[in-house]
Amino acid sequence: MLVLFNGYGQDDAVEERVYDYAGENHKCFKCHGHKTFHYYNDQMGQEVRERMNPYYIVDSSEFYTSNHWNFSCFDCHSYEYENFPHPNELRFEQLPACLDCHGGDDTYEDRNWEQINDEFLKSVHSTKHSIDFNCNMCHDPHTYKINARTNENIKQTIQYDNGICLSCHANINKYQLIVDFVNPNVLKTHDWLPNQALHWQNVRCIECHAEIKEDMLISHNIQPKEKAVRKCVECHSQNSLLLASLYKHQVKESRSKYGFFNAAIMNNSYIIGANRNYYLNLISLIIFGLVVVGIGIHGTIRIIKK
Amino acid sequence: MSEEKLYLYPVWLRIWHWANALMFLVLIITGLSLQYSGVEGTFIRFDIAVKYHNIAGIILTINFLFFVLANRISGNRKYYRIKYKGFPKRLMKQFRYYVYGVFVHEPKPYPISEKRKFNPLQKLSYVMVMFVMMPVIIITGFGLLFPETNIENVFGLSGIYLTDLLHIITGFVLSIFMIVHIYFCTFGKTLGSDFKSMFTGWH
Repeated sequence: MLVLFNGYGQDDAVEERVYDYAGENHKCFKCHGHKTFHYYNDQMGQEVRERMNPYYIVDSSEFYTSNHWNFSCFDCHSYEYENFPHPNELRFEQLPACLDCHGGDDTYEDRNWEQINDEFLKSVHSTKHSIDFNCNMCHDPHTYKINARTNENIKQTIQYDNGICLSCHANINKYQLIVDFVNPNVLKTHDWLPNQALHWQNVRCIECHAEIKEDMLISHNIQPKEKAVRKCVECHSQNSLLLASLYKHQVKESRSKYGFFNAAIMNNSYIIGANRNYYLNLISLIIFGLVVVGIGIHGTIRIIKK
Repeated sequence: MSEEKLYLYPVWLRIWHWANALMFLVLIITGLSLQYSGVEGTFIRFDIAVKYHNIAGIILTINFLFFVLANRISGNRKYYRIKYKGFPKRLMKQFRYYVYGVFVHEPKPYPISEKRKFNPLQKLSYVMVMFVMMPVIIITGFGLLFPETNIENVFGLSGIYLTDLLHIITGFVLSIFMIVHIYFCTFGKTLGSDFKSMFTGWH
């Protein structure tokens, strides 16, 4: 059993965690946590050092800060992996799907696992790629951690979540695991977007590409590209859709005490058209009105006194 | 007694003035459309408004730099120099004329001459507009055009937000200035004579 203070990389919350399976998992990590591993080869009668397949490396520090931090490797993988060399047939091992554990999970009822699955089945990820595309494609169970509801730093959430999309859409090796065609260049397909870099630093891909669901924090219904948001005003307006997506967790009031509409957005960013100030609007209207009335009165008197 | 005609507005100044006025109009219309954009309906489509606001802003900037340079070369800047001694008194005199004197047909306290193109109130407002507000709106405008140049966080607030706030407040004041400026251009010999002067150059 290992006890560690874990910064978790989010906020300043430091919590004491007891890692129940650290000892057991160490047996796996001593090989799969490194770029090389070594073993004693009986036939050769010597210690052998080999390179680990990079796709089978799991960063233990990432694992122990992920959502599954207190899992044993054997919760998902066969106990037979304890043997080395690993039996060949384990390559065909069927790994559990997310819903095998999370389905009907009362502990995290608010996460709506079944609804997430229903939405995912409607998405292009599922309809175009059927069973080849599973939850693990985006949510690596070894490293995935929730962000939107725990991290108050929106920019970190955006970077993390966009990284998930780009792990396929900007990485041909992973992309061609499920499709044959050439990976589209996201820079080129989004070249119509003004201030492209700024947008990508401040909104997640899913803001425009996922259908917004009122009762879900993160919609998993990724829409066909034809249905992606392209109208600027869907975000750049007082009823910005970002309030129902990126800032959903932070939106508690429509106007702050200082009179700013969509104040939740303003702490992290500024969106032309979405951040208006009620009092400034009012003052500007009053001043404009007074000027027009003043000129009207002055002009009228001039005409009368002519 | 017929007043002698004065050639006060050389060609460069008239071109600058009307280009400035046109860009002001484009910037006000597109700027308002951007500020009050909405899903339910926007005056000008957002991306089009952004495009023309940016183009007009760049032209306005070039025009402003031209104005500063031409003012220096031609000597026109002398008209903007404020002599501080007795200036508040002169301001009050002009103010009194606008709120009272003009109605009782008093003579203008500071009539236009070859040496004095602007009355004290005009001088103050033009100096504020051209040498304070224009630089502010241009600098903040470029801050919004190149958002990566903004300080990310200023005392917990988005730097780009503060830049935009300064931009729209200055834009609003300049819009008000334009309305008042147009009204005061009706104070010439006839309602349209000052407008005509800015086309012919002759006052």
